[in-house]
Amino acid sequence: MIEFEHVSKRFGEHVVIDDLSLRVDDGEFFVLVGPSGSGKSTLLRTVNRLVPIDAGSVRIDGVDVATQAVEPLRRGIGYAIQSVGLFPHRTVGENIATVPRLLGWSDGDTRARVAELLVLLKLDEPGIADRYPDTLSGGQQQRVGVARALAARPRIVLMDEPFGALDPVTRESLQASLKAIQRDTATTILFVTHDMDEAFGLGHRVALMLDGKVAQVGTPLELIRHPVNERVREFVGGSRARLRELAVRQVRDSMRKGEVADGDAIDGGASLQDALGAMLTQGRDRLPVFDDGQLAGAILLADLVASRE
Amino acid sequence: MTPRALPVVLLACIGFVAALAFPFLYVTPNRLLSGEPHSPHVVALALTCVLLAAAGVTSVRGSRVAVALLAWALIAGLPLLASIDARTLLLAAAPSARVPLGAGFWLMWLSASLLLLDRLRAIRMAGRVVAWIALLVAIVVMGSAGAFDTLALVREFHAQRGPFMDALLTHLTLAATTLVLALVIGAPLGWWAWRTRRTDGAVVGMLAFLQTVPSLALFALLIGPFAWLARAWPALGALGFGGTGAAPAVFALVLYALLPVVRYTIAGLGAVPADAREAARGLGMTRLQLLSRVQLPLGWPVLLAGLRIVAVQTIGLAAVATLIGAGGLGRFVFLGIGQGANDMVMLGTLAIIALALAVDLLFQAMLAFTERRP
Repeated sequence: MIEFEHVSKRFGEHVVIDDLSLRVDDGEFFVLVGPSGSGKSTLLRTVNRLVPIDAGSVRIDGVDVATQAVEPLRRGIGYAIQSVGLFPHRTVGENIATVPRLLGWSDGDTRARVAELLVLLKLDEPGIADRYPDTLSGGQQQRVGVARALAARPRIVLMDEPFGALDPVTRESLQASLKAIQRDTATTILFVTHDMDEAFGLGHRVALMLDGKVAQVGTPLELIRHPVNERVREFVGGSRARLRELAVRQVRDSMRKGEVADGDAIDGGASLQDALGAMLTQGRDRLPVFDDGQLAGAILLADLVASRE
Repeated sequence: MTPRALPVVLLACIGFVAALAFPFLYVTPNRLLSGEPHSPHVVALALTCVLLAAAGVTSVRGSRVAVALLAWALIAGLPLLASIDARTLLLAAAPSARVPLGAGFWLMWLSASLLLLDRLRAIRMAGRVVAWIALLVAIVVMGSAGAFDTLALVREFHAQRGPFMDALLTHLTLAATTLVLALVIGAPLGWWAWRTRRTDGAVVGMLAFLQTVPSLALFALLIGPFAWLARAWPALGALGFGGTGAAPAVFALVLYALLPVVRYTIAGLGAVPADAREAARGLGMTRLQLLSRVQLPLGWPVLLAGLRIVAVQTIGLAAVATLIGAGGLGRFVFLGIGQGANDMVMLGTLAIIALALAVDLLFQAMLAFTERRP
């Protein structure tokens, strides 16, 4: 659990974080989203004390980070950044092993963990562990960056726009990997992005930050359906917010159980956006839904349009 | 003609003109008096002709190896030719007569050396080292077999063998001490300047100013303060510390070496990607771990390139150190000038140049080794 309590930070005259309070629960995928200069990166960096705060407190499991020794604190928290920052003179394996080495793990444990992470992050080209970062693609480098952040099995991982510099296809693939890893390990992830779709796609809860304050915090659906004010509505996407909502919701929650339809079936775990895409492609207004290994029902175009409760 | 081919032809031309216009050897009645000039050796002349022709052809065709081989043969062969020439000349002269090498020889030899240096630049490090070591071995083997004994320079060397070896050792010690001290002081200073972003601050400015003080003046200026120090603390004096000698010499040499060491330390630290530094800090490395695991391995090649320049510069500057009693190879240069014994000057000068080239080659090899990935 990470708690920010009345946190303030200013750089010179400029107030970057303004009396901000926020709580991130254990095992939560929490996304800080907002435009450039909204203070989201700075807030993230207060957790591992890369940014010292002027007022308030940041607590992890109830313990103020300011009272902890800084290096052990950081070694216990995963950290991944947009520019990746791999060490160019170290191999992929050595890069991933950075924190385990700092923590004094045995060689055997470290090697086993590196091998495990290579599989987990789909870095499965033979011999990749012995290659140098500059021989990898941008997507592979960021996979190594994420693996390095996860290496010592931290309970908390901080990610600062880790996928911001990647092409859309690579980004989606990495988002899927990260989502699966987070679900399986129940790691608490604090994730910063300026991309609203990424925020809604990944986060259990999302905090929209504007001018150093949290404008609204809630689940993606809460932000889409009940923006607290005009500015939030604007950022959530105005009329396009409904499209985002389709991307957030799953087919199985909106399907009509037991009904049948013609056409290629769609998976129950797919998003309503996928369902709409499939309908447009197939030229149909209803599709069969395949869930838990069997035909479970049908999804109707009318339900997508009228899905607002 | 490509610009790259220009030095080849130019140097070959200089060698050729030198061979024609200047005497190859002199015959003097003794080691101090000047003598009568003797024209170039026929074979030397022929060889330079061949080199020039080869340069003309290969500069168009682009073969470096052929020119390099010719230059190599010329560097090893010219002294031998001169020595054979000298033998015949000495037969007809008095026992005290000497045969010094003339400007024609030196220019030919120098242009051949520069040519080899230039051509070898394109070759891999291992090849370069082998070429120079082979040259050294060839000359040393011929020399110790007595092949050059008829030349005045070699006679001078035999006469000064003991002092020469001492001076060589002193010179190396001065340079090595300077390098180590400059690194020990300069690297932390550079790190501090980089960390506090004072790369254009007072300290660097001071060091830059020091570079403009002529070396001779600096050495002279240090005599007073060092003599005073030795008087004020007799313990220092007992250690050989004084107005003259090695202490003020090394002090001055370190002052000159500091600026490049500081500058290249800053450049080396600047060569470390900012994101790698950010990640290292975020992952929990201490400042020392950041330095030893990230900054040093990544910045080391830049620092080493700087040390190479410092080493060569120091070996040259250390020649002047002899004037305040620090010894070294400069002793032969200044003593020779004082006595009017050109061979003695030549002995010191050649040794300093050879030392500088050897150290340069050593650093280049280290650099090539560092930049190669394990």
